[in-house]
Amino acid sequence: MKRLLSILLCFVSLSVFANEPAAEASKGEGFNPGEMILEHIGDSHEWHLATLGEGEHATHVSVPLPIIAYQPTKGLSMFSGGQLAHGHSHNGLKLEHDKLVAEDGSKVYDFSITKNTASLLFSAALMLFVFTAVARGYKKNHGRAPSGLQSFFEPVIIFIRDEIAKKNIGPKYERYMPYLLTAFFFIWFNNLLGLMPGAANLSGNIAVTMVLAVLTLIITLASSNKNYWAHIFATPGVPKPLLPIMIVVEFLGIFTKPFSLMIRLFANITAGHIVVLSFISLVFIFKSWAVAPVTLAFGLFINILELLVAILQAFIFTLLTSMYIGGAVEEHHDADFQIGGGDGADQAHVPAH
Amino acid sequence: MPAFLNPELGLIFWQLVIFLLVLFLLAKFAWRPILLSLKEREDTIDNALRMADQAKIEMQQLKAGNEKLLADARHERDRMMQEATVMANQHRDAEKARATEEANRIITQAREAIQQEKNAALAEVKNTAAKLSVDIAERILRRELAEPAAQTQLVDSYLKDVKLN
Repeated sequence: MKRLLSILLCFVSLSVFANEPAAEASKGEGFNPGEMILEHIGDSHEWHLATLGEGEHATHVSVPLPIIAYQPTKGLSMFSGGQLAHGHSHNGLKLEHDKLVAEDGSKVYDFSITKNTASLLFSAALMLFVFTAVARGYKKNHGRAPSGLQSFFEPVIIFIRDEIAKKNIGPKYERYMPYLLTAFFFIWFNNLLGLMPGAANLSGNIAVTMVLAVLTLIITLASSNKNYWAHIFATPGVPKPLLPIMIVVEFLGIFTKPFSLMIRLFANITAGHIVVLSFISLVFIFKSWAVAPVTLAFGLFINILELLVAILQAFIFTLLTSMYIGGAVEEHHDADFQIGGGDGADQAHVPAH
Repeated sequence: MPAFLNPELGLIFWQLVIFLLVLFLLAKFAWRPILLSLKEREDTIDNALRMADQAKIEMQQLKAGNEKLLADARHERDRMMQEATVMANQHRDAEKARATEEANRIITQAREAIQQEKNAALAEVKNTAAKLSVDIAERILRRELAEPAAQTQLVDSYLKDVKLN
């Protein structure tokens, strides 16, 4: 994970530094890989599909998306993003580097259906369609062997239930199954959708991973029992003079765990996209057909690797979430007493809430 | 900070709303029925396996019971046959003893009867012999007494005998 993150940060810093001079030079050169990659992994107010032609004569084929903006002074406004194309302004709003701003400089809250939001809606609809179909399969094949879509997803669902939830959460796993299953399939579906040509980088968006991580944090805290807090504020087996340090460390741990979830998913998926796009960019950088076999081979390799990463990251997110929940709902076990001796045992018994 | 490291408010909002909506809908219409069906099916399979095991054990018990019954029957038959043999032997022995006794009794009776008959026959022979000898003696005497000399002679001999006695 760390290595991937550092690779990602390398790319980020490279492209940031490359951006400034390239922005001016780009008009002449026509292709700037850093800009192209950042545009691909970022969000947009239009769904850009293709660019036909080059330079000044280029025709951008893109789908305009709805703009929804809330301004404290004017209230809610909603219109097609096509109105803002080519730097036009509408209703006192305009796009500056694909960022919605008010012409008079006042505050704008942008709730637009961006490329990522549209992709999110699509994946939500897809998930609802797929899993209600799977659920129908169970009704139709009641008491019989599964078939079709149902038999494809059943092992995955059973794996999540038996290997992830039951093992890490314990007997109370059933309450958390809907969240774990939804999170797993949401991440997996969007990771795969993100690999499609022209698709949005939804699961590699930090806002998306942040929401998922915060939900995990909320669920963990909401289901925590007194043992969880006793572990944080009176860690069994820790000498008393060390407790102030341990409390700080353990308390920060509450937040660093979901933070790592957020960064891990975001960095892995974004890094994968950056690597694939970088290999594709080589064709345009070298402007030679000779580089195509190398690009193709490496691009294909990374893409197939990304197929694996897609399910792996969904698995890791779900596994860690269930481990955090498992830590929060875990009942006291006697091992703590033996390590801590009499002192620690007494402290562990004190309700810390 | 590059734009893609900056979480956008709009996307956070939509992600939260849509994810929670999907979570709610899937929990109600997909995960609940799916997990219930899976559990139900697993329970059914578990039950079926347990019942099969139980049936197997019952079969074994039944088989063991049958074998025991068969062994018991065989044992009973052997015992009965032995008993019957013993009884038959006893019966035969008793019969034999009775027959022997009867035969002995008959023989004894026969012997006694023969003895009696013999005794009777002997007595009759004696009587007849005595009678015959008296008759003969009488006839002889009648003829002898016809001559006086011989008569005297005889008396004399008797007298002699008497003297001698």
